[in-house]
Formats: sequence, structure tokens, C-alpha cells
Amino acid sequence: MSAPLHTVYVPRDAAALSVGADETAAAIRAEATKRGIPLRIVRNGSRGMLWLETLVEVETPEGRVAYGPVMAEDVPGLFDAGFLDGADHALAHGLTEKIPYFAKQERLTFARCGIIDPLSVEDYRLHGGFRGLERALAMTPAEIVTEVTESGLRGRGGAGFPTGIKWNTVLNAQADQKYICCNADEGDSGTFADRMIMEGDPFCLIEGMTIAAIAVGATEGYIYIRSEYPHAVATMREAIRLAYDEKWLGDEIHGTGHRFHLDVRVGAGAYICGEETSMLESLEGKRGTVRAKPPLPALEGLFGKPTIVNNVLSLTSVPVILDKGANHYRDFGVGRSRGTLAFQLAGNIRHGGIVEKAFGVTLHELLYEFGGGTITGRPIRAVQAGGPLGAYLPPSLFDLPKDYEAFAAVEAMVGHGGIVVFDDSVDMARQARFAMEFCAAESCGKCTPCRIGAVRGVEVMDRIIAGEKVASNITLLNDLCEVMTDGSLCAMGGMTPIPVRSALKHFPEDFTRSPTAVAAE
Amino acid sequence: MNARSPWSEERATAVIAANRHLRGALLPILHALQEEFGCIDEEAIPLLAREMNLSRADVHGVVSFYHEFRRSRPGRHTIKVCRAEACQSMNADGLIDHIRRRLKVDFHETTADDAFSLEPVFCLGNCALAPAVMVDETLHGRVSPARFDAIAASTLAAEAAR
Repeated sequence: MSAPLHTVYVPRDAAALSVGADETAAAIRAEATKRGIPLRIVRNGSRGMLWLETLVEVETPEGRVAYGPVMAEDVPGLFDAGFLDGADHALAHGLTEKIPYFAKQERLTFARCGIIDPLSVEDYRLHGGFRGLERALAMTPAEIVTEVTESGLRGRGGAGFPTGIKWNTVLNAQADQKYICCNADEGDSGTFADRMIMEGDPFCLIEGMTIAAIAVGATEGYIYIRSEYPHAVATMREAIRLAYDEKWLGDEIHGTGHRFHLDVRVGAGAYICGEETSMLESLEGKRGTVRAKPPLPALEGLFGKPTIVNNVLSLTSVPVILDKGANHYRDFGVGRSRGTLAFQLAGNIRHGGIVEKAFGVTLHELLYEFGGGTITGRPIRAVQAGGPLGAYLPPSLFDLPKDYEAFAAVEAMVGHGGIVVFDDSVDMARQARFAMEFCAAESCGKCTPCRIGAVRGVEVMDRIIAGEKVASNITLLNDLCEVMTDGSLCAMGGMTPIPVRSALKHFPEDFTRSPTAVAAE
Repeated sequence: MNARSPWSEERATAVIAANRHLRGALLPILHALQEEFGCIDEEAIPLLAREMNLSRADVHGVVSFYHEFRRSRPGRHTIKVCRAEACQSMNADGLIDHIRRRLKVDFHETTADDAFSLEPVFCLGNCALAPAVMVDETLHGRVSPARFDAIAASTLAAEAAR
């Protein structure tokens, strides 16, 4: 035998690519060639420790050793230090799985992400892939739905509706055609978990959707991915092609007589298409205007047929539930929030990335123990939890446990698990104005409180910021928020008041800061 | 690099024919047309209406609903800058001011040399490495003003090398 073949992992995740992963991979390849060292480079997904990207890992007898952030110019030095044998270096972090940020997580949904080659069916199988589907293939549809119901899984897109109950509605609906639609229109700022798992473990989504299809008797599925995610689109399309090749999709799934066809559809830059009925309209080739409910999509969804609409993280949690059983999943979490959620630490945070933890973890733990505070080194003044329609929370609420009910009790939401961090330079009146501006730009236009209310909201905020009749304009703002909350058809108009009102409630001083404000009263 | 071919009814018809078998085909067709011509040409509206058995108002309604579909040809490269909250927390507004000054354009405009079209975007999914910018389909994270200048320069240099 010649020299041992070293295996080096360099992520292909879009976040890693955004800080030079391709250049780093090319530099490693070139340096190895120059030194005559045989090398295998695997382009894995991201481990989710995004501040360490590009995180290069080297396979050693003890496990994978991490180096990061590795820029192309660091590569010759790493070779000199002997990184291929896991040697020490200024950028070394020891064994990846011992890095506290990673070691303290509870990875169920993201168990394989960053570990495997995302486009190798073989690698997926070696790491437990398709075991959930194999078990599902031996069960009756009702048994599969029961398993998902008993796991306590709730919709990870934000609304937190019990997944099993939704599936049961579709199972019991009588129709000649049913559909599975995956909502991958991850438009909330501060969220990137859907993107990461589609790029890092795409077969997991295919497996989850196929299980859903078998459970309710659907034969066609669509993954609606936003156009801002070209890498996720390409990875999912390639993974679907490979799954067809290996008979995990198609007319005869592994000779069982089950049929499921899956296709990717690309959005076109409309935030509202993350709302499920708007997404269905868009999939039908129409304007993404919201539909009134009822009828529920579970009964009259895509092309009027019974349809499961689930978020990426709901569907990618299904394989592990089927593989390890409902109890295993339900044993994580607190109260009525069972299992884990992939929290996403974003914005002004030192250690940004994915933290998959059981529900019940506090914001404080996430922000300081995992996140390490702000990257600017200034104090955290506010976080926005749950996307652009989520509340702004002050440090006095950071001890709040992350669970659906605890957050709802303080008029906040867990949402899709995104947490955007702001330091003390933030102006909360400006953030409130932005919430209205965003709603005005992204409203589908169907209902008046949202379409017109958001525009008026921007105007009112402009007057408040300018110090014009602040007290009466704040009264007007509250009134407007009430109309939007009560009178809008969907969460866009109905929840835009949440960031506005939470900013006003927790940071009132920012609304009366204008020098003319006091004089004008 | 954006496609910017002049309008051709023949090619547009071929693009429509290649995609019309899809369920809910209009969005996939619009994406394919934009990939071919760089925008949804005015001529495409009546053609689509005819081919898809829709009214021109229906087609116009769909095209104008989605931010992604352009009505005029872009510059050779599209720069999308994230304006959403996570990037705001890392001073995206400052970056945007810098980019506007540097390129001498505002959002939805194209530079005088036709090199760059500047577009705002709400979230590129790179929120832990904010602020984020996408040039054509290449994502960039932790974009400081200096890094933006380097990215713009290397985009032009790569183009010159071709």
C-alpha cells in the first residue's frame, strides 16, 4: 500500500461558501498535489458553527479534528503543522464533537448535517438514513399517523400546530389525489435552518416527505424553495434525481407498490408565499394572495385537493421519529412543546449558528452560553425572536424558557426558532418602523388592514420619530395595531403589530427620544 | 453573469413548450424566460396569455406580484443586498449607503457602465454571517465596505479574464 489516503471535509453549505469555502477547498487540493499527498476532499454540509466557517475537518483515528475559520491563505501553514494528522495549530479546535457549542446540543433533526456527504445515498444509509421510511413501509397509514401524533411534533414553521392532527385530517379525506407540499420559503430574517438541512442532508427531507405521502395516501409532492436559495435548490434537485435512481422515489418505492413523485418549485421573492395558502396559490402558478380559511388546505389545498403543508423542519423531524419511535422524540422537551428545535443565532452574535436543543432551553443560555454575547462586544439590548413578525424582547425576559406556551404568555413567539441579536446601538423606534415598512412591501394586498394599515403605520412611525405629537401618534399607532391584529386575514397583517407593540412596550424611551418630542407636548 | 438576449418569439415559444407540461406551469415558465432573456419582456405577456389560455391581465398580475421578475434587462451582474433585521443589526444600512455611493445608483437601478444592477432583498439566509450580499448566484458573508469593493472588483476582473 502507498501512503494512507487522508480524508478532509470542507463544507459546501452556502454560509461556508459565503466566506470562501470553495477557495479553501481549492487551496487544499493544490497544496496536497504540490506536496504529493493523496487526499480525498468531501464537501459536507455545515456543522452549524458558522463563526468557524470555513470549518475544515480532518479524519483521524480518534475522530474528526476541526480547524477554523480556514481561509485559503492559511492552508500552507496547516500542511506545515501537520493538520492531516490532526496536529495542533492556531486554528485547531480539537475533536469537532468535543467543541462545547456542538457537544452540548441534542441533535435529532440535524444528526447527520455536516457529517455526511449530502449527495451520497450510501453515506446517508450508513448514518441511519431511510430506516424511518423502511419502518413506515411496514406499517399501516393510521399507525404512521399515530406515531407522529404521539411524538408531540408541532409545526416548525412557526404556528406550532400538531403535525399528527394535520396528517390525520388528510388521511381521512376522500379524494382521487392528495399532495404533500413542503414549505421551504424560509423568508424570516434570522432563520437559515431549512436552508442548512436542505444543503446538508437533503435525503432527510425526501425521506420525511415520502413517509408523509405513504401515511396519507398522497402520490405527488412539491418542495417550494425561495429563489434566494440557489444552492439549496440545486442540492435538492440533485438529491431527488439520485433518490429516483435508487428507487427511493418513483412508481415502485423499493418494490413495495408505493408511488411518490417529488419536484422542486422555486419561489420568486415574495415573503408572503411562506404563508401556506399563498404558497399553494403560487404553486398553482398564480399571484401569491392568501386564501381565506376554511376550507383548510388539509381538505382543499393544492388544486383543491387534500394537501399536507409542512415546514422543512417538521418533515425532516419525521424520519427520526419513525426510526427511533415516538417516545424517544417525546422524551425531549417540556410541557406541550416536545422534541427539539434547531434554534438559529443570528445578527450581532459572536458565535452565530444552529443550536439544536430540546424545548425548555432559555434565551439566556442560547445567547450567552452558546452565542457568547455580541460580536461588537457591546451589551445585548434586544433580541427579535421568531422572525420579522416576532416580538422584540429585552434582557429582563431572557430567562424565559423556549417553549410555545411560555412565549405566547408574554405575547412573543418561538416561531421558526430564529433569534436576531441587537446591541445597545439599536434604535427600537426605527425597528418598529421597519416592521411596518416590511409589511407594506410584502403584503399580498388582499385585505385592507394589512395593505393600507402598514402604509399608515410607516407614516405614523415617521411622525413619532420626528417628534411630532408623539403621545397622540402613539395612541393612533396602538389603535392601528389593534385593527391590523383583529382585521387581517393572515399572520402577515395580523402579527406585524407584534414587533411594533413589543418595541413600544419594552423600549418606550426610544419613541420619545426626539429632541422636539418633549417641547411639542 | 445575467443572460440578456434580445427578445425572440421563437425562443420564447420553445421555452414555454419545454415547461408547459408542468403542473402550475406559469412560475416555472417565467423563471425560464427570465433565465433566457434576463427579464420578462413586454412581448412575453401577450404570448404567454395566448399560449397558456389566460388573459393578459392574469399574466401581468402574476409577473408584477413577484419581486424577482424584472420588466427590464439587468446589467451584466445583479447585486442583491440584504436589508432585513439580522443584517441591520450588523449595520447593513451603512453598507447600503456605501454601495449606493460607490456604484452611483439606487436600488432597482443599473450602473452607467451596465455592469451592475442593484436590488434590495429581504434575507439571503446567511444571518449568522451578516451583512450578506449576493452577486449573481454567489453568496458573500461578513461584507464590510472594503470587502464589497473587493468583491465588485473581482467580479469585473473575472469577467475580463473570460
